[in-house]
Amino acid sequence: MAEIKIMENIIKTENLKFNYQNGSEEKPIINEVLKDINIEIKKGEFVAVLGHNGSGKSTFAKHLNAILLPCSGKVYINNIDTADDDNLFNIRKCAGMVFQNPDNQIVASIVEEDVAFALENMGVPYEEMRKRVDDALKAVGMYDYRFHSPNQLSGGQKQRVAIAGIIAMRPECIILDEPTAMLDPQGRREVMKTIKTLNKECGITIVLITHYMNEAVECGRVVVMDNGRIVFDDTPENVFSNVEEIRKIGLDIPQTTELIYLLNKEGLGLDSHIITEEQCINAIERLLK
Amino acid sequence: MSILKTENLTYVYSQGTPFEKIAVNKINIEIEKGEFVGIIGHTGSGKSTLIQHFNGLLQPTSGKIFIDGNDIWSNKENIRQVRFKVGLVFQYPEYQLFEENVFKDIAFGPKNMGLSEKEIKERVYDTAKLLEIPENFMKRSPFELSGGQKRRVAIAGVMAMNPEILILDEPSAGLDPHGRDIILDIIKNYHKKTGSTVMIVSHSMEDTAKYAEKILVMNKSELFCYDTVENVFRRSEEIEKIGLDVPQITRVFNKLRSHGISFGKEIYTVERAREVILDMLKKEGRI
Repeated sequence: MAEIKIMENIIKTENLKFNYQNGSEEKPIINEVLKDINIEIKKGEFVAVLGHNGSGKSTFAKHLNAILLPCSGKVYINNIDTADDDNLFNIRKCAGMVFQNPDNQIVASIVEEDVAFALENMGVPYEEMRKRVDDALKAVGMYDYRFHSPNQLSGGQKQRVAIAGIIAMRPECIILDEPTAMLDPQGRREVMKTIKTLNKECGITIVLITHYMNEAVECGRVVVMDNGRIVFDDTPENVFSNVEEIRKIGLDIPQTTELIYLLNKEGLGLDSHIITEEQCINAIERLLK
Repeated sequence: MSILKTENLTYVYSQGTPFEKIAVNKINIEIEKGEFVGIIGHTGSGKSTLIQHFNGLLQPTSGKIFIDGNDIWSNKENIRQVRFKVGLVFQYPEYQLFEENVFKDIAFGPKNMGLSEKEIKERVYDTAKLLEIPENFMKRSPFELSGGQKRRVAIAGVMAMNPEILILDEPSAGLDPHGRDIILDIIKNYHKKTGSTVMIVSHSMEDTAKYAEKILVMNKSELFCYDTVENVFRRSEEIEKIGLDVPQITRVFNKLRSHGISFGKEIYTVERAREVILDMLKKEGRI
């Protein structure tokens, strides 16, 4: 795991609440999406936010770079209150966001121009921009495609270009809202590998919103949301050992964890905190010896 | 007799242009009536092109397809009948909803088949029940429903035609685990109840191993294999070599094998893994 030098918070929420309002003005129907979220994320962490559709995880993600503002409570990014309008630019510079559908976030007709888009808006000088775009494309492994048109790329490649566009802004934190949901297994692996490298080698804080448990297993910390609340916040080993609860809220557990769980039901007394293949292989080998 | 058979089925995109590409190459396959088939392969391996031939959406560049023993392209006028026999549900089918209410949307296919009003109504309600679409949804606009509900309505529209073969292209794409389980259980239930042939294209090896009886693997425009789940996963090393996944549990047991522990059968579901281990412990008198 990446060493965290200063245990400084990059994200902090205090009693964050958010409602959507439907119905008429006289008779509003209030739909509570986030109910009292309190969480602290340290610089350099790799956190997965896991939850089923409608659990509130995307709404939560949108609070982390001020796309949505809390109905009550506070969200701080690098100690800046996201409700502070004057700081909006700084918040978005610090926390970049990648969305689910790669086709909805590409704006230019040439890969490197797409990556440069935000920098142009920020008024970064040409020399600096050139360097940042090249660095960003290299970091996601798309440098060789810099002169391609995005429509020639696969889903996974497009998603990596979208990530490059974010890291060119040099954010401290990237929030990815189900970045692999529309990709095939190959594309999923590419994106996961990219964000793991960004976390490990560049120290960028990653918040990965997902409903794929196999992606959550690769993170240092897993936050599980259900019905607008955080129900688990722990290491993947500790979270997935709660097999019945995780299932009940409609999420998957790794097959390895499930096997150990089923064997323990027969009274075999194995370590229930097994999630990786390696751990499972060792446990079964010991059992069958 | 097989319900679906192909002979040297080949399809070439953009033939005669610089973009010419062989999408499926000399496919020979026979699928028996009533089978539940999982279709897997990389993006670009030719699986979508292949299934579009099964209901006559694409006409082979060369080779033949037989449904119920009849060459479907021997008489072009019959192709409409083929489309009623073989129902194809595309990826993200909810984007194809168009009617003003759920009933009309599901009824669209049966209506085109020229069925009577009474029969249409029966089919719509029967299918809706199977797909757990509540009766009070019938008058609602399909566009007001949630994503998972919309998808079920879209699938119902194809199922209501009672096709002999039902093909679904990634029916669980984009759904969360709970939504995925609901859809796949419904399809399994449909298969059991109607005895019709069902084919599912999937990227998930875990799901395919759990639901299918046979697996068709496409690789680089060619048929890699078509066999029982057990036999396909017996070749899991080759499958990984062509860049496809095998279920996590299969990987674990293959490793254990390479460490010198032998298991009688192939392990591709957690349930099987559990049984095998418990059997071994029982034999040794340890439980």
